[in-house]
Amino acid sequence: MLEFRNVSKYFEGPEGKLTALNGVSLSVKPGELLAVRGASGCGKTTLLLTAGGLLRPDAGQVSLDGQDPYESGPEQRSKLRARMIGFVFQQFHLIPYLTVRQNILVASLAVPAKEASERAEELISHFGLDNRADHVPAQLSTGERQRTALARAILNRPKVILADEPTGNLDEDNAQIVFGYLSQYVNDGGCVLLVTHDARAAAHATRTLQMSQGQLIE
Amino acid sequence: MTIWKLLIREILHRKVNFGLGVLSVMVAIGSLIGSVTLLRIHDIHTDQILEQKEAELGKRMDGLKDDTRKAMLKLGFNVVILPKDQNLGDWYSDDYASKYMPEEYVHRLADSGVVTVRHFLPSLQQKIEWPEYKRKIILVGARGEVPNMHKNPVKPMVQPVPPGTISLGYELHRSMDLKVGDTVELMGRQFKVHACHEERGNKDDITAWIYLAEAQELLDKEGKINAILALECLCTTDALPQIRREIAGILPETQVIERGSSAIARAEARTKVEEQARISVEKEKIAREDLRAAREGLASILTPVVVTACVVWVAVLGFTNVRARRVEIGILRALGVSAKRILIMFLSRHVLVGVIGGVLGFVAGTLSAVYFDAARDSAPFASLLHSKTTGWLLLASVAGAAALAVIAGWIPTMLATRQDPADVLRIEN
Repeated sequence: MLEFRNVSKYFEGPEGKLTALNGVSLSVKPGELLAVRGASGCGKTTLLLTAGGLLRPDAGQVSLDGQDPYESGPEQRSKLRARMIGFVFQQFHLIPYLTVRQNILVASLAVPAKEASERAEELISHFGLDNRADHVPAQLSTGERQRTALARAILNRPKVILADEPTGNLDEDNAQIVFGYLSQYVNDGGCVLLVTHDARAAAHATRTLQMSQGQLIE
Repeated sequence: MTIWKLLIREILHRKVNFGLGVLSVMVAIGSLIGSVTLLRIHDIHTDQILEQKEAELGKRMDGLKDDTRKAMLKLGFNVVILPKDQNLGDWYSDDYASKYMPEEYVHRLADSGVVTVRHFLPSLQQKIEWPEYKRKIILVGARGEVPNMHKNPVKPMVQPVPPGTISLGYELHRSMDLKVGDTVELMGRQFKVHACHEERGNKDDITAWIYLAEAQELLDKEGKINAILALECLCTTDALPQIRREIAGILPETQVIERGSSAIARAEARTKVEEQARISVEKEKIAREDLRAAREGLASILTPVVVTACVVWVAVLGFTNVRARRVEIGILRALGVSAKRILIMFLSRHVLVGVIGGVLGFVAGTLSAVYFDAARDSAPFASLLHSKTTGWLLLASVAGAAALAVIAGWIPTMLATRQDPADVLRIEN
């Protein structure tokens, strides 16, 4: 489903060239939750954004369901992203002036569908947000915010979830809930690439890789 | 969820930013429309003032014209057309011509389209001994005025003497104790007294007027007259050469003399007054034009400054909005929302700012101009409301304001659409 072949990415920093990804190769198949662990600044987020078609690699190839997202233009890449990928971030990145329901439905802006509202209600129920559906993010707990972000990520039934430290801001209970949902998603045939420094992730991952200085270690 | 719902929610969330944008556009359009409206009101006032002055002038001139006409009527005809061979010395001493010309001349004159004279009255005049009463009188044969065929008919200055009747001067009817309706004999012919004139203190008091054809018969001058009386049209002192030139072209066998008249002096005064009044209207016009130019000059400096400041301010607000929404844009792009939709969303916001600001600015500008107008009467407001230009100005304001807001927001919008979501998400996560 998601494959990296010898992918490298560099950034120009104040102290010269910085290697974020150094010849990374990996593959995540349907039904798999791959956890990539590593310290802050080791290139985890770069790996995730590159996988999501948001950051063009300097070398190597990325394949998403058999397609290289960087071979097409930005509009095509947006469409591919909307159809195939769901993002979950540590900071949730909910839109502050929209309610839980509207935040979930924001994903339908990219893939308009008649059943989007119905699906959103389903997810609201599924993530236990029924009594919070009309609240704005400022009125939610961190756990509720992350559940909302998770619901938004899967509204369009993506094939891959790219999760960046999804439990970084959560307490034990909420972290378990999020891991539980991700595991369920994988069990339903989806695939998840999870980058985290949370040691608890290993317990829910089908495979765990370590990342250090832009390189993956089994 | 639609882009429009998102747009409305965002506007409601960032009311201050949106409100300041609207206010900015409102100020820009308000100052523009205010300036234009002030100038329009100025023009309306100018038209009103000039119309009023013209009306006053017209009224005054009508009064003076009437005075002149009355004076002329009192004096009678002031142009006398005489046969060319008439010795003027004789005419001045006898007060009637001893030479004759065909009566047909008067018709030729009336049909010619002559413009310098009007009210043509042919007459045959002679001093005779009234045989029945053994006294000297002036006998005048006259008939109705011959209408000028090339001008609108005007009320005749004298009433014609019907055939078989006689009109008598004061001295005649007084001394002979005659009244209207009496019958009197003149040179063996009976005439019924048609009118007895009041005392005039001139030769009219010893004049008897009868119908022209009867006078011609009595004096044995069939088809002949010895004067055509007329009235000057131009009412200016130097009109005589013009009249002479024109009549010489039509009736070369005649000569023209003008009787000195107080009417001419009046006419001259009237011309002078008219001239002064016209100068005063012109001066007013120039003063109003100068005032307009001054206002226009001020507006041409102030308005662009205000508009530019507002455009810059809208742009700054646009940058602020884009900056505040960096993560939102990043997340939308990460969710797969295309750059084109982001562009539509931001431009729509600017269009909305422009349209609302444009309408409010138009209303504020118009009302301010009416309020700050020095005259502060309701007439210009009513005129403005009923003017088609106002409708067009409203449309232009709204369209212009939307364009202004889009121009001001263009660079921030481009920044929003070109923003690399990866940059934001890497930093913000």
